[in-house]
Amino acid sequence: MANNVEVKEIKYTAKDFASDQEVRWCPGCGDYSILAQVQRTFPEIIDRPKEKIVWVSGIGCSSRFPYYMNTYGFHGIHGRAPAIATGVKLANPELSVWVASGDGDLLSIGGNHFIHACRKNIDLKILMFNNRIYGLTKGQYSPTSEKGKITKTTPYGSVDYPFNPPMLALGAEASFIARSIDRHPKHLQEMIRRAGLHKGTAFIEIFQNCNIFNDGAFALLTEKDTKDDHVLELVHGQPMIFGKNKDKGIKLDGLTPMVVDLTSGKYSKDDLWVHDEFDPNPARTAILAMFDETPGFPTPIGIFRQIIKETYDEGLFRQIEEVKKKKGEGDLEKILFSGNVWEVN
Amino acid sequence: METEKEKELLQLKEVTIRFAGDSGDGMQLTGTQFSETTALVGNDLNTLPDYPAEIRAPAGTIYGVSGFQLHFSSEDIFTPGDQPDVLVAMNPAALKKNLPELKKGGMIIVNSDSFDIKNLNLAHYESNPLEDGSLDGYQVYQVPISSLTANALEGVKLSPKEVARAKNFFALGLMYWLFNRPIDKTVQWIHEKFAKNPEYIEGNEKALRAGYNFGEMTELFTARYTVEPAKLPKGTYRSISGNEATALGFLAASVKSGLPLFLGSYPITPASEIIQYLSTYKNFGVKTFQAEDEIAGITTAIGASFAGNLAITSTSGPGLALKTEAIGLAVMTELPLVIIDVQRGGPSTGLPTKTEQADLLQAVCGRNGEAPVPVLAAATPSDCFNMAIEASRIAIKYMTPVILLTDGYIANGSEPWKIPHVNELPEIPVKFRTEKEGFYPYLRDENLARPWAIPGTPELEHRIGGLEKSDIYGNVSYDPDNHHKMVTLRAKKIKNIENDIPLLEVEGESSGELLVLGWGGTYGAIKEAVNKARAQGYKVSQAHFRYINPFPKNTEQVLKSFKKILIPEINLGQLAKLIKSEFLVDVQQFNVVRGLPLRVADIVDQIIKTLGGNNGK
Repeated sequence: MANNVEVKEIKYTAKDFASDQEVRWCPGCGDYSILAQVQRTFPEIIDRPKEKIVWVSGIGCSSRFPYYMNTYGFHGIHGRAPAIATGVKLANPELSVWVASGDGDLLSIGGNHFIHACRKNIDLKILMFNNRIYGLTKGQYSPTSEKGKITKTTPYGSVDYPFNPPMLALGAEASFIARSIDRHPKHLQEMIRRAGLHKGTAFIEIFQNCNIFNDGAFALLTEKDTKDDHVLELVHGQPMIFGKNKDKGIKLDGLTPMVVDLTSGKYSKDDLWVHDEFDPNPARTAILAMFDETPGFPTPIGIFRQIIKETYDEGLFRQIEEVKKKKGEGDLEKILFSGNVWEVN
Repeated sequence: METEKEKELLQLKEVTIRFAGDSGDGMQLTGTQFSETTALVGNDLNTLPDYPAEIRAPAGTIYGVSGFQLHFSSEDIFTPGDQPDVLVAMNPAALKKNLPELKKGGMIIVNSDSFDIKNLNLAHYESNPLEDGSLDGYQVYQVPISSLTANALEGVKLSPKEVARAKNFFALGLMYWLFNRPIDKTVQWIHEKFAKNPEYIEGNEKALRAGYNFGEMTELFTARYTVEPAKLPKGTYRSISGNEATALGFLAASVKSGLPLFLGSYPITPASEIIQYLSTYKNFGVKTFQAEDEIAGITTAIGASFAGNLAITSTSGPGLALKTEAIGLAVMTELPLVIIDVQRGGPSTGLPTKTEQADLLQAVCGRNGEAPVPVLAAATPSDCFNMAIEASRIAIKYMTPVILLTDGYIANGSEPWKIPHVNELPEIPVKFRTEKEGFYPYLRDENLARPWAIPGTPELEHRIGGLEKSDIYGNVSYDPDNHHKMVTLRAKKIKNIENDIPLLEVEGESSGELLVLGWGGTYGAIKEAVNKARAQGYKVSQAHFRYINPFPKNTEQVLKSFKKILIPEINLGQLAKLIKSEFLVDVQQFNVVRGLPLRVADIVDQIIKTLGGNNGK
């Protein structure tokens, strides 16, 4: 950036990012943690003055987020946050643009905008608060609710299959796909930090507890007794190990993953699948994304995948410069008087 | 008849020609080329492309017929002509479809090669109209265009299919000869267009010249015609279509405001050309974003507006419906934005390639809540340029979305345009808020517009959105009195724009018996009709809206100056409804919704009928 020198001098604290608006989520909501982790992380990761940060959201509990951040903010309409954010980014590529959205907002009514933002690799950071329920409308099932879920609109259980968000992002070839949990602040901070550093569409699915309408949806992954056996923390360059006693691992046999017992003597760490964030092969990312739906497998959190490729905004402005070079700066008078013109005297 | 005899050159004041053939026959190209050349010759002209929604409907069928009508004259004209004087029919289906509209005694030039059993059957002709006497009373010229083209192209390295495709150039060449136009502009165009295909250049040019020479040599035609240049005001001209003028208007607005132009759009007939044209102006810094859908088209534009670009979105009726909720968001966030609706036949998918004026109420009223939006409508193809600049000016000055209505007819039709110089165009002042002192996101200026404080401006960080705002501060507010106040303020802001737009002009006497009142793309047809009625001695005046919300300030006064008001529209009376409800006056309606421009003769009839025979004379 042109004003690098100036930027280095600006020191922000978490407080600088808190707006004067009273936070109005339900007491105990996972959103509080997400807000706190963002405010804690931003002083460290923001490489530009804070007036160059924009938060954009859609509709839903999560989408109140921009009101609580002391940056520029736009609270849009249901589902459209990725599109609004795209317009902001393309109008001024110097801005750092962040999207706060929920599972209903981003994957149901806004599904189209989400996949196309990923496809175009627009430089947006998209935080999806996944609570597997519609909260603001008081408890209807969402596109990430598990099959069979009983809610106000599915009194006999839902017959839908849910979306697998990392899988969807992968299908749309998002260049950064990660997952974290509201109750795991350190990990969440790290994911926010890494997303902030990525150029291109960065998608983080954040498991977020809705203590009113879907309490305990992620209890297995957050409670002391169970979390270690159910969460696999992906670390680049490290073998996939989990379990309370770090005694279980993932081995990849061809394209078939298996959970192996490291205490049996049959397998050692050297046999395990070593996580590679930059693995260009989407098949392996897909295998990871499917763990969540496979009995006996842990739920991965961390960075599933990150790919470096030109962003849409880079491509757009590169092209504008190329055309300017080729045709010269636009001359309106010349354009108006071009084509088949004739004089009347 | 002696072949050596010099052919007579007859002078005409005006001619309307319709080229018609299969959608794959290149009729649009033929018509466009004839129009370009005719413009260069200096005639006033007006065109009406009329093509099916199917790209290549089955060959030879009636619903696959594509037409291009142009009207050119040595005098001022305002319409593409009610009825053609000349019909060029490339096959039986084209003849069948267009004959009913040809003037009695008009000229028909047919490609006689195509009148075989198969094509006659496809056109549902029981006998050959060239032989059965059904065309008696017309001047019919049978020209074996296909075989003459094939003969002319002998030796050119083109497949038989490609040779067949060159026949439209033969027809064009013949028409150039018949109406005494030079062929060189089209020759030049062929050379540019097919620069990479020397065989195509050779083939098409040969066909064109063969057509022209055929006219010269054949005994078929004993006369040719000429139309003198029109006396247009002094200046530099080009022929322009409404969609191109719209694109250029926004480019000009971008230059005059100093704001980069951002267009978010999804392809839709008949508006796609706007994004196509604008995507070529990258060296102006124009950003065209082909969005994933109509909603993303407008919401990306809203984002771009928030961040300080001149943001627009282009669409047609069904797309406007999809953008509805987002227009409300732009109303609530009070951001400048222009939505262009190139109206087409509706409802639903309707008649995608045909014209209509039935989106007026959608534009004025079609949103949830009290969501006032200025609505402008261009009157002619070249007027799209002016109205694009006006829409941008109003959007920026009043911090509001603006809807600009055009329609399929003026979007695709073209007319000569006296090109303005850049320094003659109005400036569009923009003031971004930068001072922190006294900044509140919803503190209004003398125009009731809120400040435009764009991301990147230090210390003005603020949040806006679709929830109701507190007056001045812009924080979320559910306060009942505040809501009432904000609803009223937003309405007042838009209503106040009436002080900043031109008055409604009356052409003809400023008061009297009858006022014909229109809006948008029917300007030309109404003008020509009123002129004709006046020439016949009827007392009738014309007024035409280009600003519909708010109406010009003097509208009521104009309406009350006439005993009768006639409102012709290509809908079932949408302007009539607005006029009646807003001004409590009685109006007569004339509504024809055929997907085509109104016919001048029909409006003249209505004028006479409304006046009650000789009344008003």
